[in-house]
Amino acid sequence: MSYVDYLVRRAIHSVPVIFGLSVLIFLISRVIPGDPVRLALGPEATDQQVAALRAEMGLDQPLPMQYADWLFGVVQGDWGMSLRTNNNVFSDIVARLPATLELTVVTLFFAVLLAIPFGVVAGTNKDRWQDHLSRITALFGVSMPRFWVAIVLQIVFVVSLGLLPLSGRLSDGVAPPPAVTRLYLVDSLIAGQFGTFLDAATHLLLPTVALGLATLAQVMRLIRSDMIDEQRKDYVLAARAYGLPNTLIEYKYMLQNAFTSSLTVVGLAFGFLLGNAFLVEIVFAWPGMARYGVQAILYQDFNAIVGVTIVVGIGFVTANFVVDLLYGYLDPRVRLEEG
Amino acid sequence: MADPILEVKNLHVHFETHDGTAEVINGIDFAIDRGETAALVGETGCGKSVTVKSIMGLLPSATIPEGEIRYKGEDVLSLSDAERHSRRGKEMSMIMQDPMTSLNPVLTVGEQMMDVLKWQGRPRLSLSKLVRDALSTGAKAEHRKRAIEMLGEVEISAPERVFESYPVELSGGMRQRVLIAIALLSEPDLLIADEPGTALDVTTEAKVLDLLDELVEERDTSVLYITHDLGVAREVSDRINVMYAGEIVEQAPTADLFANPQHPYTRGLLESIPTLSTGIGDGIEGHLPDYTNPPAGCRFADRCPHAEAACHEAYPYPRQTGADHATACHLFDGLPARERHESLAAERVDIGTAPWLSAGGDTHSGDAPGDISADGGTDQ
Amino acid sequence: MSTKTSIPFLDTESAARKERIRQLKRGFRTFAGNKLSLVGLAMILTLVVAALLAPYIAPFPEHAGAGVYFDQASEPPSATHLMGTDTTGRDIFSRVLFGARLSLLMSGIVLSIAISIGVTLGLIAGYLGGTTNTVIMRVTDIFLAIPPTLLAMAVVAATGASLFNVMVAIAFSWWSWYARLVQGEVLSIKEDEFIESSRALGSGWMRTTFREILPNVVSPITVKATLDMGFVILVGAGLSFLGLGAQPPTPTWGAMIAQGRNYVTSFWWIAVFPGLAISFAVLGFNFIGDGLRDVLDVEVD
Repeated sequence: MSYVDYLVRRAIHSVPVIFGLSVLIFLISRVIPGDPVRLALGPEATDQQVAALRAEMGLDQPLPMQYADWLFGVVQGDWGMSLRTNNNVFSDIVARLPATLELTVVTLFFAVLLAIPFGVVAGTNKDRWQDHLSRITALFGVSMPRFWVAIVLQIVFVVSLGLLPLSGRLSDGVAPPPAVTRLYLVDSLIAGQFGTFLDAATHLLLPTVALGLATLAQVMRLIRSDMIDEQRKDYVLAARAYGLPNTLIEYKYMLQNAFTSSLTVVGLAFGFLLGNAFLVEIVFAWPGMARYGVQAILYQDFNAIVGVTIVVGIGFVTANFVVDLLYGYLDPRVRLEEG
Repeated sequence: MADPILEVKNLHVHFETHDGTAEVINGIDFAIDRGETAALVGETGCGKSVTVKSIMGLLPSATIPEGEIRYKGEDVLSLSDAERHSRRGKEMSMIMQDPMTSLNPVLTVGEQMMDVLKWQGRPRLSLSKLVRDALSTGAKAEHRKRAIEMLGEVEISAPERVFESYPVELSGGMRQRVLIAIALLSEPDLLIADEPGTALDVTTEAKVLDLLDELVEERDTSVLYITHDLGVAREVSDRINVMYAGEIVEQAPTADLFANPQHPYTRGLLESIPTLSTGIGDGIEGHLPDYTNPPAGCRFADRCPHAEAACHEAYPYPRQTGADHATACHLFDGLPARERHESLAAERVDIGTAPWLSAGGDTHSGDAPGDISADGGTDQ
Repeated sequence: MSTKTSIPFLDTESAARKERIRQLKRGFRTFAGNKLSLVGLAMILTLVVAALLAPYIAPFPEHAGAGVYFDQASEPPSATHLMGTDTTGRDIFSRVLFGARLSLLMSGIVLSIAISIGVTLGLIAGYLGGTTNTVIMRVTDIFLAIPPTLLAMAVVAATGASLFNVMVAIAFSWWSWYARLVQGEVLSIKEDEFIESSRALGSGWMRTTFREILPNVVSPITVKATLDMGFVILVGAGLSFLGLGAQPPTPTWGAMIAQGRNYVTSFWWIAVFPGLAISFAVLGFNFIGDGLRDVLDVEVD
């Protein structure tokens, strides 16, 4: 069993999820809103007109056929026109995706990075003050709505203290860096524009905190409980008997095991993060997919809704695949044992 | 006991549990001479592993053992955590019981061995050392060489391959050998072997035990061998300490113990040897007593076929029943083996001769009852 | 180490019952000794009472609906208006109280639906087995894999914004965990029974369901549902913040924050207090859930 075999197997495993997701999205777009033909033609259309359009759109076909047609189009990048922007939905989304990616990926990265030491400290000091503090903090962290935290951060750091920018990705008058990845942090570094980098980073700070606090709390508690589970294992006692320093045992031996078991849930946490990114983007007027998506919802712009849902679904599946990839990398048992 | 490497004196350990204080180790004494292999024998739950953890300093920090544990004459219980840490692995090391769970599953065997060579005895991770290690390829190559050499010494035929392997890729017997190799990496003077091989099949176990025997012989390592199997103890050890419910009930040189088993518990164990499939103590009716509410007198009295009324009341201090043989049982006569029990000896109850001696031709054991009433000098 | 002496001849039936009672008692002590869960219980009781009595304790019950009181618009918190007033002069405290009714009711209804669907599907899949089981559990897996927030958003997006649609959408995306749990339990019981006797299927299933399966899943469902009460409130608030929930002038917490968001630079209280109310409610449920998890000794997630 090699790492490649394992990856192929995981990739195959995500097929049903992608399939299920696409069926759901299809049903949502076609079945739930009622008759798209009537919607398109308006109430005055005659029965002949309706039947004609129905045939033209392939809606007289049975549902599975319709699904196949639809899927074929989607795969080719034919996501239809947006009723609101009159653009191709695909290009609309491609233009807005990098902003959302930058926000969510940076958030996840820092949330997990900080969750690790906090989780280790809480786990290795079970039932002491560090653990209680982390427990209370975590409970508060997951209980506050992220979009509200975003607003409170704005009130404190922008309105009262005037420390950080209120919204957007860059200050007025700062030109976006030359587009390579369209991630401003990366592009500004590539172009060597450190002023732009700093500006982008300060704009990113509050959205990241608002979005990441709850994820940080979730992952921290997870690592804590996994660390406690690891503590009871024989290899930890053995390592101590060999005279290895406690910090090595905790941060290398136990953490790698604990983090491995926490990883799968990090994938799920990313799903929550994506959903909440919509809300946080709205608060910070972040020019990502969320505003586009929400406006699409309010304008009943179905092609755009479906497009955004597809992208988010793909993002979620990809994130989980990356998690699997890391999981297999970190835990040899996964890739070496039969599975 | 001319030159003991390890002396345990009047060791007490208790845990706080939901049901009260559990007296898990209740005043045990034993010693290991340099180069000697001593066995600590008893059934699961008798306090063997707590004793081992006390010696290694691996008990949960809330649990503080009382008494003395002298390693090379120095009372380790009075040392600071850092001082004890610096001795772990280097001075005294340990072979863990279960090869399937005692290796870190996510690191290669080699990495785990290199970590031991690199970090053993250091109080914490230090950045400067990490950097220095990263830069010095020489030390790394040397560690690697040493680790592979050690794997060769535990008779692993492809040490380089095993070095690169993850534990999951190795068989149980291989992993047990790796555990032995890691424990011996720094040539400790005292090795604690916690039932090595029990988790393996009988033939593999026998091979591993032979190998271990050879290795410690070559190095003149002193060994404390933990086992629940008197048969294994007989093969590997020079001296046997039989433990029951947190107390050592009988201790003697191996040959002596088998020639003349005295304590009813030891006798019970000997009878259950033939049935290898059953756990130790299964041959004896009843269960270990409740540690939170131990019997006032002899802890074994409830299960003892020869118990008399007095056994339930008076503490059976260990008494000298031979030149180098001590038994903690009222059925035997003898001066207290420990000074601290001399006052108890004054008020000791005389129960008379052991019933299996007076009855003659008793069914209990075919062993010849030796000179059990002989007075022994107190040489400890 | 096992240090307990076993008493082999004790009547096992009554011993099991005694053990269960002892566990319950110990659980109650643990819960009562857990300060956090007591605090949580007090918080939720306060909230429930406040929600029930909202028309009586709200200082301006008429402000729950639409209304324009420009003479007192955008007033900061004061003795008259504990949480200030919004831009049309409505008392935020009163609206928060009425919002509590909606949030608790919504969350309760959503979970009742989700748990009913989940338990029913789990029972059907477990009992019928075969293809039915495979189909139901595949679908469950897909739903498990999709974050409920996203799914709910997509469903509301397609069905249109209303409180009813929000509830249906959240319930629709929330049942899978419960289905998986119940199905697993049915399977394990079925396995036991095949070994012991052959009355696995057939007329005994009602009895088995109520006597063996449901009691076994009550603990995890209770813990999960308690925690979910809070999370459903969060998701619901998020949807109404986007304008997808109950339409104005219904005083939902999320919509109130959305209104206040436009005035963060001048009237901070409009957005802050409804958000505090959400956090208070969710925190309360989390405190209880966290304590219950320790008491009932179950892992959810």
